[in-house]
Amino acid sequence: MPKLTIDDLKKIKEQYKATLTLREGGYRAKVTVHMGTCGIAAGARAVMNALVEDLAASGVKDVIVTTSGCAGFCSKEPMATVELLGSAPVKYCYLNEEKMKKIFREHIQGGKIVEEYALVMGSETSY
Amino acid sequence: MEDLSLHILDIAENSINAGATKIVIRIKEDSAADRLSLSVEDNGSGMNAETLMMVDNPFFTSKKGKRWGLGIPLLKQAACETGGDFNIRSEPGKGTVLQASFKRSHIDRKPLGDIGQTMLALISGHPEIHYVLFYEKDHYYYGFDTETLKEALEGVPVNLPSVLALVKESINSSVNKKDTPEKTSRKTIKNPQVKEDASR
Repeated sequence: MPKLTIDDLKKIKEQYKATLTLREGGYRAKVTVHMGTCGIAAGARAVMNALVEDLAASGVKDVIVTTSGCAGFCSKEPMATVELLGSAPVKYCYLNEEKMKKIFREHIQGGKIVEEYALVMGSETSY
Repeated sequence: MEDLSLHILDIAENSINAGATKIVIRIKEDSAADRLSLSVEDNGSGMNAETLMMVDNPFFTSKKGKRWGLGIPLLKQAACETGGDFNIRSEPGKGTVLQASFKRSHIDRKPLGDIGQTMLALISGHPEIHYVLFYEKDHYYYGFDTETLKEALEGVPVNLPSVLALVKESINSSVNKKDTPEKTSRKTIKNPQVKEDASR
């Protein structure tokens, strides 16, 4: 695909309007990818891209992806925090694209925490 | 950092933390002058003269609870290693302009990398910010502006995954269009010994 064309955007607009009624307005899940210098150097951008690719492919629209800075665990980067509505946030560490895809399938879509990649569960303090 | 697009993402994150609402990224490749230059300009909180003096010191940070700040020193090092230049201008309340330039053919010059992924990460993380990207290579120009995109989307969020994926693809097909003549020349190498080396 050479350029972003009006047709491409039109298609997205139509799809979006078609699914708009299915949305409840709010977001069901929020994923924060830690995008400090340490996270970026360790591969956080690829992790984030993998997640967005999965979201686009699956058509899930009630998940918000955002970024934050260094959380103080530079050696455990890339990290991401997954927060499902109504439950405590879970921090995952030492991530890569495959691990993120698994977390998307099992935790974000399935609601089951991927314990083997999880570091901690609970609220985050921002520095 | 493996490539320049990661440095750009890192520097733009600084702009976001400085409360910027508009970030302009410029990349210029000039083969005749053998130069690659990039700049990140924001309208964030800016820095005073004392902070500006300290900013390329890896043991300086403005964040509480941290003892180092490596983003800017790493980019400065990457630029200086190739015989390039590095400078930051800033004014409190107005914003910051960071510029780095590289000797394009230098063996230590990091590749440009995946600009599309960088823009995806920026837009996804902070969709409310107005991002502008200019890419110039010799006589090829490319521009991307999230405000124009938002207008065309007519209310569809710019951070919708399908929009982001399209934006990434579109930027990459435009930015890497005329890039890496080295890559094409590598394919035409006839010496079998070198070929074997390249396939490793």
